Amino acid sequence: MIPPAFEYARPTSVDEAVRALADAGEEGKVLAGGQSLLPLLRLRLAFPELVVDVGRIPELRGVREDGDTLVIGALTTHHDVIRDPLVRRHAGLLAAATATVADPAVRHRGTLGGSLAHADPAGDLPAVVLALDGELVAAGPHGRRTIPARDFFVDYLQSALAPDELLVEVRVPKRDGWSFHYEKFHRTAQAWAIVGVAALVRRADGHIAEAHIGLTNMGATPLRATAAEEALSGADGPQAVARAAEAAAEGTRPSQDLSASPEYREHLARVLTKRAVLTATGMG
Amino acid sequence: MTHIKVNVDGTAYEDDVEPRLLLAHYLRDRLGLTGTPIGCDTSNCGACTVDLDGTTVKSCSVLAVQADGGEVTTVQGLAKDGEWTALQHSFHERHGLQCGYCTPGMIMAARDLLRENPHPTSDEVRQALEGNLCRCTGYQNIVRAVLAASGQQVAEEAPA
Repeated sequence: MIPPAFEYARPTSVDEAVRALADAGEEGKVLAGGQSLLPLLRLRLAFPELVVDVGRIPELRGVREDGDTLVIGALTTHHDVIRDPLVRRHAGLLAAATATVADPAVRHRGTLGGSLAHADPAGDLPAVVLALDGELVAAGPHGRRTIPARDFFVDYLQSALAPDELLVEVRVPKRDGWSFHYEKFHRTAQAWAIVGVAALVRRADGHIAEAHIGLTNMGATPLRATAAEEALSGADGPQAVARAAEAAAEGTRPSQDLSASPEYREHLARVLTKRAVLTATGMG
Repeated sequence: MTHIKVNVDGTAYEDDVEPRLLLAHYLRDRLGLTGTPIGCDTSNCGACTVDLDGTTVKSCSVLAVQADGGEVTTVQGLAKDGEWTALQHSFHERHGLQCGYCTPGMIMAARDLLRENPHPTSDEVRQALEGNLCRCTGYQNIVRAVLAASGQQVAEEAPA
């Protein structure tokens, strides 16, 4: 399969990339690692006039600390996220979930920013960054703006980024001491999640003080299971967790496809939430 | 057209290519390096796996222009002076293939694993090869071949 023809730009700075995107208007597309875009191009599901390859902008790569926040360059590959000592220490959920994305060769090329900007609700990382209360920083012609993850995922494959904006970094609050687990149900090792649950839990005095639950593929965008989060607060054992997880599908609108009906996805959300929280807390 | 310079299996190439040209097509159609097959063309099967600047990539999911200035190693670049590597020998001796279509990708992915983890467990081998499909389903011998290449004793009867 051969992608449609396009013009190609390879900027070496964020400013240059933003100018190229602004010139292209609605017809530009950002290429980072290409692991989402190239399949779309090959299948002729996207027809950009201009592809802006940001793969050689060094300032977009790498992880640093900013006080209580971890700042991850949008171009940091999955491979590097998994192995990064700062990510492992302060955002273990992100490292653990990223290790389940696709396969090693895809993880060598695929980037955190790319998979978030792609905004696929079946992708693993949108729900994870949502559970972490992350923020996304976009660079545009008029400077930079910070978009909370809860406002970033607008619709199916649609983010809050304007056509002339480039996602430059992902900021997540450090979650030292929180326990976590990403529970994914998928057909084969490298397949998309039919449903995934990202659990981030803070415990105090033997019970759950606070829980963040991100849901993968339970609607057109990644979602937080807010009803389950509230119910989990104060849960002090496996049975309380199981009861709270019954609320995990509330407010979701999962899709129907070859793999699952909406009802089955709702069932999975409840079961996987229970498993994810039990595994995260060691209560299971 | 975009001008690219790529080193492939130790040979330097310069070409004008369309930006939409996939690395897999560049290797096969332009350079004639057909040792890298294209299986699924949807980044699932891993048959087209090559090494780009020190890590594996699926060459159907990389543009040739993205490899500009880079160093590509295909399965055809592994042997030195006609001598197979230990990993290639191991696939031969352990019969780590049936039809052979997935073999170049399997060998490139296994080589990547052994660089990072020279003594993997059987489970780690399977994890590392999760992006490479063998539709003959000959996985047992593939895993045995990788374990044997890592210098580990492999019992023929034991499940790999």
